[in-house]
Amino acid sequence: MPKIPLIAVVGNPNAGKTCLFNSLTGANQKVGNYPGVTVERISANAKLGDIEVEFLDIPGLYSMHPKSADEEVATAAILGSAEHPKPDLLVCVLNAANLERNLFLYSQLVDAGIPLLVALTMTDLLKPNGDTVDVPRLAQELDAQIVVVIGNQGRGITALREAILENLGSPRVPHVDFGLPPFLEENVTAVKERLARIGMDIPRAELRIGLLEPEPIFRKKLEHVPEVLESFDSARNAIGVQGIAATSVVSNRYDWAAKLTAQVITHVGIPKRTVSEKMDRILTHRIAGLVVFVGVMYLVFQSIYTFASPVMDGVESVFGWLGTAASSRLESIPWLQSLVVDGILGGMSAAIVFLPQILILFVFISILEGSGYLARAAFLMDRLLGWCGLNGRAFIPLLSSFACAIPGIMAARVMPDPKSRLATILVAPLMSCSARLPVYVLLIGAIIEPKFGAAWAGFTLFAMHLLGLVVAIPVVYILNRGVIKSKRIPFLLELPPYQLPRLKDVWIAVVQRGRVFLQTAGTMIFFMSILIWAASYFPRSDEAKARYRLEYFAAPRSGREDAYIREQELRNSYLGQAGRAIEPVFLPAGFDWRITTSILAAFPAREVVVPSMGILFTIGDQEPESGAMRKAIQGAKWPDGKPLLTEWTAVGLMVFFALCAQCMATLATAKRETNSWKWPLFMFGYMTTLAYLAAVGVHQLGRILGY
Amino acid sequence: MMSFDQLQRNMRARVSTIEPNPATLRLQEMGLTVGTEFSVAKVAPFGDTIEIRLRGYSLCLRKCEAAGIEVELI
Repeated sequence: MPKIPLIAVVGNPNAGKTCLFNSLTGANQKVGNYPGVTVERISANAKLGDIEVEFLDIPGLYSMHPKSADEEVATAAILGSAEHPKPDLLVCVLNAANLERNLFLYSQLVDAGIPLLVALTMTDLLKPNGDTVDVPRLAQELDAQIVVVIGNQGRGITALREAILENLGSPRVPHVDFGLPPFLEENVTAVKERLARIGMDIPRAELRIGLLEPEPIFRKKLEHVPEVLESFDSARNAIGVQGIAATSVVSNRYDWAAKLTAQVITHVGIPKRTVSEKMDRILTHRIAGLVVFVGVMYLVFQSIYTFASPVMDGVESVFGWLGTAASSRLESIPWLQSLVVDGILGGMSAAIVFLPQILILFVFISILEGSGYLARAAFLMDRLLGWCGLNGRAFIPLLSSFACAIPGIMAARVMPDPKSRLATILVAPLMSCSARLPVYVLLIGAIIEPKFGAAWAGFTLFAMHLLGLVVAIPVVYILNRGVIKSKRIPFLLELPPYQLPRLKDVWIAVVQRGRVFLQTAGTMIFFMSILIWAASYFPRSDEAKARYRLEYFAAPRSGREDAYIREQELRNSYLGQAGRAIEPVFLPAGFDWRITTSILAAFPAREVVVPSMGILFTIGDQEPESGAMRKAIQGAKWPDGKPLLTEWTAVGLMVFFALCAQCMATLATAKRETNSWKWPLFMFGYMTTLAYLAAVGVHQLGRILGY
Repeated sequence: MMSFDQLQRNMRARVSTIEPNPATLRLQEMGLTVGTEFSVAKVAPFGDTIEIRLRGYSLCLRKCEAAGIEVELI
């Protein structure tokens, strides 16, 4: 079978690359990971005439000298390496409204020596000012074919397709003189000769990039050939990578770009204030801008709350209905009934219930990003988040984590700096998500409110939500100094002109995120739910059940018979046994085996804790608001008759829930986003430790103060 | 001559010298090379982050991260 031609779409961030890629491919894009890194590889197969081709969306980059993992992957994918096949053709996206800087990258891409053609975007942004671009002249100077594409109107896509076909048939490698210093070329030649002596060959372009790279990444490729490495190192020293030479190469390229831009872009009259500049007078104003920002964020999260809740309720009632239906059909086989209803349907429902929030959040993120507002908001927020080692872009992931950490973690991809992104992912689950609310409501209603009144109840609820945020600050600080080893890259942010986001691009982004979530987190939650179900169901036998029934009638009891049996069954299940075995561990926090078991059962999904406490405190499945549950918790006692939950233990338990990583879906999402088990395990470890220590601390403080 | 972090809103300046290090190399790759003229468009609330206009586009950066760049006012 003939090889499918690989066409890489490459360009600066904000050059209109994603829009163009979506227009070329449609929604059937494959989202995977590049081997070994967290960078997503987005590709799609498509038909051009009779030929099948593969389009590859290269992450946006500013320079071929990579500073971050994303850029390293982008560079490797362009130049080709062991893991990445070299593209057959580059579609180089140049933004006409920001031509000078886009031409800088172009000059480096030409050096790569790969056939390319140019897609010139955003020419429509020049028009309001009366500016024009001389396309034939530009094509001549760039030594490449140019297709003018207005991505958000879909204009020029057909012409681009034809041009791609044509260039695949007769590839063109441009030759342009960028006025680079001669000593650079001499050193490239020297290394090339050395390579030839041992029968190796590396394209000049790649050597040039290697000789100039600030960090020795390319150098690793030569480590197995010491004689070449020696000549490479002396060439690098001669050029003086960190010194004036590297600087002058960048300047040479920019001088070329500036001269060419002046030649091809004609300004008519005095440049007017653009619409974007006018909008920015308000939107990035230090007071008005902040007001608008708070308003926009309020709108976003209010909408998530308003629109997601009914859909989530719908999902839950559909699964509830399925559960009832399955339940009645499987009554004759109790274990299968429980597996299907509690294990499989319960697990699927726990996964799918997050989907509405994810989809709605990503509708907003892609609108904010596509319109250019996200960059402004990051600019406004940078100082506020910057001092503890995050940057302005972290506000979206952190705020959305108050609804749910899963979309929050997925939203951390708005941060191009891998170090800040990882730090954000690791603290996102500390934000108090909506699944913690039922626990707070139950405990505050049962213990705090009766004793201290409604005002303190409200304050406790607020304090619980604040706690995660307060804890996150020192955690990020420590993470950035000790734990996350990757390099910090400088915070640079381009403010692109405002644009109306295209519906198609929003749609594709949202579908992509939804699919990724269901594929990864979905399967994980599914299997973990079955595992925990099995641990809480087995061992179980009819004899044991009969024994519990006898026990129930042997002594006067407050609860119902079936509830008592369920409590005993859970108590003697593997999970219950484990809960009782580790009761001593949680004794310093003032938790008995019932609370301990509920905590264990809640590790896959923390919202499980309320129903499990319901079972263990012998009142059966009850809504947390219902009075029976509150009474049972208020009345719960230690075997010696002392009340189980004092206000200190209750606060300790809430603090435990506020800080603990009790959500399989979050861990699975973190695994997907960081592409390794290391970070979700670390997240689990540090959060659980923190939660335990805090709960113990609260209880012990209460004891010292004499409760 | 003044250092980058002394810049105020609405100032126009030209890059005069650049201390070579990886952070300033990236800034040069973004177009802030010796001799480049730019204006300061905005200073973000709470300080350090500023928006400059250069080579026909808007770039935000932190003053502290551009410490190796000296400029002269024009």
